[in-house]
Formats: sequence, C-alpha cells, structure tokens
Amino acid sequence: MWEQIRSNKRKSIALVVLIAALLLGLGYTIGEAVVPQGGFIGLAVAGAVWAVMSLMAYFQGGNILLAVSGGKEITHDDHPQLFNVVEEMKIAAALPRMPKVYIVNDMAMNAFATGRSPDKAAVAVTAGLLGKLNRDELQGVIAHEMSHIVNRDVLLMSMAGVLLGTIVMVSEIFLRGLWHSGGGRSRRYQSSRGGGQAQVVMMVVALVLAILAPILAKLIYFAISRRREYLADANAVVLTRYPEGLARALERIGGDSAILAHGNRATAPMYIKNPLKGAARHATSLTSTHPPIEERIRILRSIGGNVSYAEYRNAWAEIAGKGRAHMPASVLAQDNEAEVRKTREGAPESGGRRQLRDAGDLVRKLNGFTFLACACGLRFKLPPDYPHDAVKCPRCGRRVAANPGK
Amino acid sequence: MIVGLVVLAVVVVLALAVIGTYNGLVQLRNAVKNAWSQIDVQLKRRHDLIPNLVETAKGYMQHERATLENITKARNLAAQASGGGVGEQARVESGLSQALSSFFVVVENYPDLKANQNFLALQEELTSTENKISFARQAYNDQAMSLNNKIQMFPSNIVAGLFGFKQAEFFEIEVAGEREAPKVSF
Repeated sequence: MWEQIRSNKRKSIALVVLIAALLLGLGYTIGEAVVPQGGFIGLAVAGAVWAVMSLMAYFQGGNILLAVSGGKEITHDDHPQLFNVVEEMKIAAALPRMPKVYIVNDMAMNAFATGRSPDKAAVAVTAGLLGKLNRDELQGVIAHEMSHIVNRDVLLMSMAGVLLGTIVMVSEIFLRGLWHSGGGRSRRYQSSRGGGQAQVVMMVVALVLAILAPILAKLIYFAISRRREYLADANAVVLTRYPEGLARALERIGGDSAILAHGNRATAPMYIKNPLKGAARHATSLTSTHPPIEERIRILRSIGGNVSYAEYRNAWAEIAGKGRAHMPASVLAQDNEAEVRKTREGAPESGGRRQLRDAGDLVRKLNGFTFLACACGLRFKLPPDYPHDAVKCPRCGRRVAANPGK
Repeated sequence: MIVGLVVLAVVVVLALAVIGTYNGLVQLRNAVKNAWSQIDVQLKRRHDLIPNLVETAKGYMQHERATLENITKARNLAAQASGGGVGEQARVESGLSQALSSFFVVVENYPDLKANQNFLALQEELTSTENKISFARQAYNDQAMSLNNKIQMFPSNIVAGLFGFKQAEFFEIEVAGEREAPKVSF
C-alpha cells in the first residue's frame, strides 16, 4: 500500500510540474507579447492566479463538492447497510479513520469520494444507487470509491483540475483581450518603438500557445483520470475479492439513463461513472474522464479464479488490446494473489420497488420532509417548505394537519 | 589507544544495530497487537448479536430447536475462549461460523421470519460483522507474517532471541468455503 501511495505522489508531482510548466510558459509568452520585456509580469500573474485557486481547492474542495451536490451526512442507524459496507471497506483498505458517509438526493445512479487525505475522506452515494443495487454491488462501488481515497486520487485530480482551469482562464482572458483591442495597439507599439519585430513574433507564439495549451492540458488531464479509473477498479477487486460485484454494479449504472442534476466538470473524475451530460456518447474519445463502461465490465468479467493487480492488468491488456501496462510497477511488486470469493448461492437480488421507495424516503427524511398518514390509509410526504397548516389528502379529500408534531 | 578506539567504535555500532532491530521488533509486535484488536472487536460484536438472533428466531422456528441450541453452544464456547490464544480462538470461532451458516440455510424455509424487520436488521449486522472479520483477518495475518519473518531471519533473530520475542500465531478459519459469509438474501 505504501509503495502505491509513494508512486502516486511521484506521479502527481511529475504531472503538476508538466502542466505547471505549460501554465508558466503561457504566462511568460503572453506577458512578452502584450508589454515589451513584460514576460515576468505575465509569469507572476499566472502564478498568482494559480496559487489562489489551489489554496481554495485545497482547503474547501471536499466541502464545495458536497455542498454543490446537496449531500446529507448519515449515521449507522439511518442506513445500516450502506454504513456497514463503508466500514467493511475501511477495514479492508486499512484506512486510519472511518470516512464520513453522505447520501445525495438524486435518483441518477452515481457515487463519489472526496477528501484530500484518508483522514478527511468522505464517500457519497445517490439515493438512486442505494435504491437499485444489492449488497454485493454496493460493496463493489464503495470499494472503487475507497480506492480513489487510498490512492489519493482526490488530491491528484483536484490539483490537476485547478491547473487546467487556470490555463483555460488565462488563455481565455488573453484571447478575448486581443479580440477587443483589435490588435491596433500593438501596431502602434511597433511604429513608435522600432524593435517591433520580436514583438510580432512573440504575439504569434502567444496566440498559438493560448489556443493549444488548454487542449494539451485537457488531454493530459483526461488521460490521467482514465488511468486512475482503471487503477481504482483493480484496487476495488483486490479489496473485495469479488469482481462480479463491481461488474454487475457497473452494468446497472451503465443501463441507467438518468443524469445527475449537479454533475460538475471539475469533480467528474471522482465519480464512479462520468456524471456529465452526453458523456456516454463520447465515452471512447480522448476527452473523457472515464473509460467506456462496457470495457470496464468486460475486463472485470475476464478475471479468473484469483484477484491481484497483475491479474487485472492481464485482463485489461487482453480486452483493451494495448500492450502498455496501466498499473504502476511498484503496485505489481507488492502484489498478493487472493482467491476470488465464490458467488453466493441464490445471489441476493436487490429489493426492487420497495428498496427504491425506502431509499427515496430516507433521502426525504434527511432533507426534512414531513411524513403524514391520512385516516384513509394513504401515506404521503410534504416538503420542509410547505407553507400551509393543513393539506388535502389526494385520495379521499380529508384535511390532514401538516405539522402533526406541533 | 588506537585499538581502544576501534573496539569502542565496534561496540557503538553493534549497540546501535541492536537498538534499531529491537525497536523494529517492538513496532511490529504492536502492529500485530493492533491488527488483532481489530478482529477482536468484531468477534465480540458477533458474540453480542447472537443471543438476540436466537431470541428473535425462537418464536418462528419451534422445529429447529437443535440448530438454535447449536448456535448458542458454539457462541458460549467462543465467548469463553475470548482472551485466550489466537489459534484456540480461531478454532472455536470456526465452529461458530459453521453453526451460523447452517442456521441461515434453514432460515430459507421460514418466510415469516425472513420478513421480520428485527431479524432483517440482525442479519445485516451479522453479515457485515462476518465480512469485517474476514477483511481484518487478512490485515492481521499480513502483520503476523512480517513479525515472524523478522524473528526468524538473520541477524534480527539474535536480537529477537535475546529479548524473548515470540512468533505471532496466524488467525485461520478452517471451514469449507470459509470465505463465504452466511448465505443471506435480502
């Protein structure tokens, strides 16, 4: 485990250096192009923007993500099964502390992890996921999210995301500024200062860089995100010793057409399935945070009687048909083979409609809904901001007090 | 004078090596202890859950008195062994796991019991406890292996012998199909 974290750290440093170099290069060139000898001003501006955005992401990343998605923290008694499954994976992954568990009020099936270090980790699942997966499938999903935490992918991807965001922002500002000033000013510079030749060259270089840098940074970012997804899948298999659980979960999640209401581009790599609109159609393209779900399932299904990182890598090479190894060498060196757990007889099916309804009710309870029962036997729920004292029963028309507690 | 210094240097180096090895061994021993306490917590939890389970099931399963008595017996045996040696505990806990899995097979014939909310909650807790034991067991055995390796290998075996470090016992549950949690359906 240690080796893995260290290799990830080394990689994340290399990544930060690479994209950061791109950002600083861009800043410098733009500075030179706009003001003669202004390269270091541009450098400083780009660096400052980056620093501010990094600090914001570092200290608030997890909270912003959860606040945006509207997650509510739960305890063991709210949903024993979910809480237990998280605790099981916490033990399997040897995390120092129990992550916080959140439920997101959304009927799309998805899950994500946040927290820059294992101490501050949290996992969140949507009500839709909770309502449609059985225990084994849920375990697979949680193991995948837990792997993101153990591998420190949250930190890695948020830092990379910030750099990417800064590059896009700086390029945009430069290109728009250029458009509005119409290039007229720079011509005036040329005539008044004589040595405009270098300035023109710098302007062209800056223009090209401002167009290419965001694209390049995005490609690096997405490639890394996809690799982390494969690694998290492999890690989940090693944690649960049950590839079929995650495979079936992915199958159900892939078949689910609902789209997450708060899908966010910056946090997409932390989800089990790409939460963005239209992501499925372009899944194989270079600009996706996630590998295609069918491919992930086929890799999981082709794992034989033993689970290990090496086993996953072999399955991956066979399915994806590319010779390159996705697993860091240090992970493979520490590899232990373990037997795949047998499928339980009469594999427990998910509870169907009832389970879905229970998940919906739980989310409503967490969000402060009032549960009412009419004398005619109908049960219904009122949102917390319902303005009136009483409500008409939709079935029999009786008046039911909206706040029976008061 | 020079001979004296050389001897002194050798003694200092040796002392440092012994101290380093000793500290390493202590660290590993504590890690094993810590990993064991993780298992122990879950074993105790299982002991606490079983009387409730038997109590809930009793009303529905008059014809399965023997199965229920088996569980209670295995549970009491396991509770008595708790705090004893790792090997002994592993043996009695295996018996308990076996009794539980045959119980959950029988439960399939009692739909009323399977619909009981209290029973369902207990079943979830037991399944989870069983899983936690199996995940914690792996971590414990890994730690035990590192400690044992250090105790057996040269030169740390000299220091281990000097200070009386004992090898850790592995926690192996010997049941056919041991990795399966009790058969559970939801």
